[in-house]
Amino acid sequence: MATETMAAEKRAKRPIRWHVGVFLAPAVLVYTAFMILPLFGTLQLSLFRNIEQSQVFVGLGNFRTLFGDPNWSVNFWNALRNNLWFFIIHMLVQNPIGILLAALLSSPRLRFTAFYRTAIFVPTILSFVIVGFAWKLILSPIWGVAPHLMDLVGLKSFFTPWLGKEQYALTALSLVSVWQFVGIPMMLIYAALLSIPDEVIEAAECDGITGLAQFWKIKLPLILPSIGIISILTFVGNFNAFDLIYTAQGALAGPNYSTDILGTFLYRAFFGFQLQVGDPNMGAAIATIMFLIILAGVCVYLFLVQTRLRRYQF
Amino acid sequence: MKTKLLTALLLGTSILGTTGMALADDVTLNIESWRGDDLTIWKDKLIPAFEAKNPGIKVVFAPSAPTEYDAALGAKLTAGSAGDLITCRPFDKSLELFKKGNLADLTSLPGMENFSPVAKSAWQTDDGKSSFCVPMASVIHGFIYNKDAFDKLGLKVPTTRDEFFAVLDKIKADGTYIPMAMGTKDLWEAATMGYQNIGPNYWKGEDGRAALIKGDQKLTDKDWVAPYEELAKWKPYLGDGFEAQTYPDSQNLFTLGRAAIYPAGSWEIGLFNTQAQFKMGAFPPPVEKAGDTCYISDHTDIGMGLNAASKHSEEAKKFLSWVASPDFATIYANALPGFFSLNSSPVKMEDPLAQEFVSWRGKCKSTIRSTYQILSRGTPNLENETWVESANVINGTDTPEAAAKKLRTGLDSWYKPAK
Repeated sequence: MATETMAAEKRAKRPIRWHVGVFLAPAVLVYTAFMILPLFGTLQLSLFRNIEQSQVFVGLGNFRTLFGDPNWSVNFWNALRNNLWFFIIHMLVQNPIGILLAALLSSPRLRFTAFYRTAIFVPTILSFVIVGFAWKLILSPIWGVAPHLMDLVGLKSFFTPWLGKEQYALTALSLVSVWQFVGIPMMLIYAALLSIPDEVIEAAECDGITGLAQFWKIKLPLILPSIGIISILTFVGNFNAFDLIYTAQGALAGPNYSTDILGTFLYRAFFGFQLQVGDPNMGAAIATIMFLIILAGVCVYLFLVQTRLRRYQF
Repeated sequence: MKTKLLTALLLGTSILGTTGMALADDVTLNIESWRGDDLTIWKDKLIPAFEAKNPGIKVVFAPSAPTEYDAALGAKLTAGSAGDLITCRPFDKSLELFKKGNLADLTSLPGMENFSPVAKSAWQTDDGKSSFCVPMASVIHGFIYNKDAFDKLGLKVPTTRDEFFAVLDKIKADGTYIPMAMGTKDLWEAATMGYQNIGPNYWKGEDGRAALIKGDQKLTDKDWVAPYEELAKWKPYLGDGFEAQTYPDSQNLFTLGRAAIYPAGSWEIGLFNTQAQFKMGAFPPPVEKAGDTCYISDHTDIGMGLNAASKHSEEAKKFLSWVASPDFATIYANALPGFFSLNSSPVKMEDPLAQEFVSWRGKCKSTIRSTYQILSRGTPNLENETWVESANVINGTDTPEAAAKKLRTGLDSWYKPAK
């Protein structure tokens, strides 16, 4: 009885916890000012149109133009298709290679792991401008080392100016991007592999599961949540990509728009290019669609994939 | 980042402006420009020449970065802190400023009579009735060639198209040189140095350009498709892997002496003079038959206007009249070989290559790039599309007819010529 009343008193007297708000405030304020407000600003901008120097509310008019007017829709679908291909290459090449590298690095018999780890991760911290420029030079048919190196091993006949050919340019650039970012899945998976407790591995070994079978049956299921995270990071990163294409191919994403992704399409629409005058409203409409695509992708992951991933408790 | 730069710029110019005013009781005129490269020429040559003749007027040249110029200028004009004199970009960007009332009408400025209608067209209202900037310079298209290579192979400078292709064939057969240094990677080379370079000979310069704007001609007409047919024939004469060859690659291939002919704009002259170790010459785009009238692209690139809110508009007008005078033209054209004065009175230039380029004005008819006036206002943008399609035609991924058809459909979708 006495304890109950004491507890009730305590509950009633519990002070308002100001410190929670105080500690949250900086992050919330900064995030709101630089992320949430601009986001809503963009959404708002996409509903207006500049008619004779004044902003007029047009509802979904800009989106109707974007999807209905062939001058916009052809470019939009082309950019979306290219973006999808860009993403597929990353999923099929970057992430499996990242997992493979992580598995190799976590092997206890491998020497110089720290060196390999660093070497593979370094391109990730390089600027896009450097990566784009360096690869443009490497692949240059005139001064590049690629044709020369391929000549040394007798593969010269397979060399073509990849960045200048419609059918190869996007794939070549995707692979450059894979080269740059393969360190990220590698690091995440590497960390996940290291966190698998030795008891689990030892138990597997007692049951006679070793080598490759151990990787497929024991380790891979345990790192699935990390792979899920990597996939979603890749998705968001790829659909926001812009820099590499812009530095390597320019804003017109040549040849013949074959490397045009949503980011470059947005850039041309929003800021304009050469004689093309920028149209912030159409740009905002494209940005909104990009936001919705990414939002949809993340939702699919959160509600359909992540809830089904089994959590292992150690 | 952008706003930071902008504020830095604004701060910088305001400090410059105040120091300029503190110097003297004289009237100080500030020039807004994106040509930071020309700072020394203005400071050491142009401004002293003007100040010597006009005591009491001080001029300060205050450039900003090319990529920031339009935004910074717009902000300064709105804030009322822009300089008295404004360097004008050609066509729509300046036209917009004039329509907003930022640029003053200069139609009756003394000195404007020194310029031809083509020269003034970049800074006029669509009806051609009011002018708002004094034309300063233009760039001319043509071909620069390696004279040593031509001498070695015993080649004559071509004047007709047949001769042109015969020369290319000979260079190719010899194998020492790449016949022509041009790439399609950056797209604009194909359009600007290709299509707009050889095109005027086909569409008869201003006649064709005006007819296109009026709607009497279409981009699918013979005169507009034919340049693409010629461009398609260039492909075998370009270097290995030209699809991935960038603009600096082309410049280097030529200045290193590995290529014989370079489809050029005259702005290259300054750079090529310092880099190339061989003698160079130039020829205008070849015509069909010997004796045909030739047309050259003499593209208006830079002008100067008067800030409508300037407090010293009388002095500024004096300066602009001087900019329109032959004196200015002589100093400017010699300091910047390749940027030619638009003044009707001939300018004496020292540089032989620049002289060669400018001599074509005497025998050929001048025009400007076909896509620049009026036709690039809508979506899809004709200039951008021309870049893409010109590269496609040279790459062989589009036929000339298909390219022309795409351009026409794009233009027709938004451009309705006034009847």
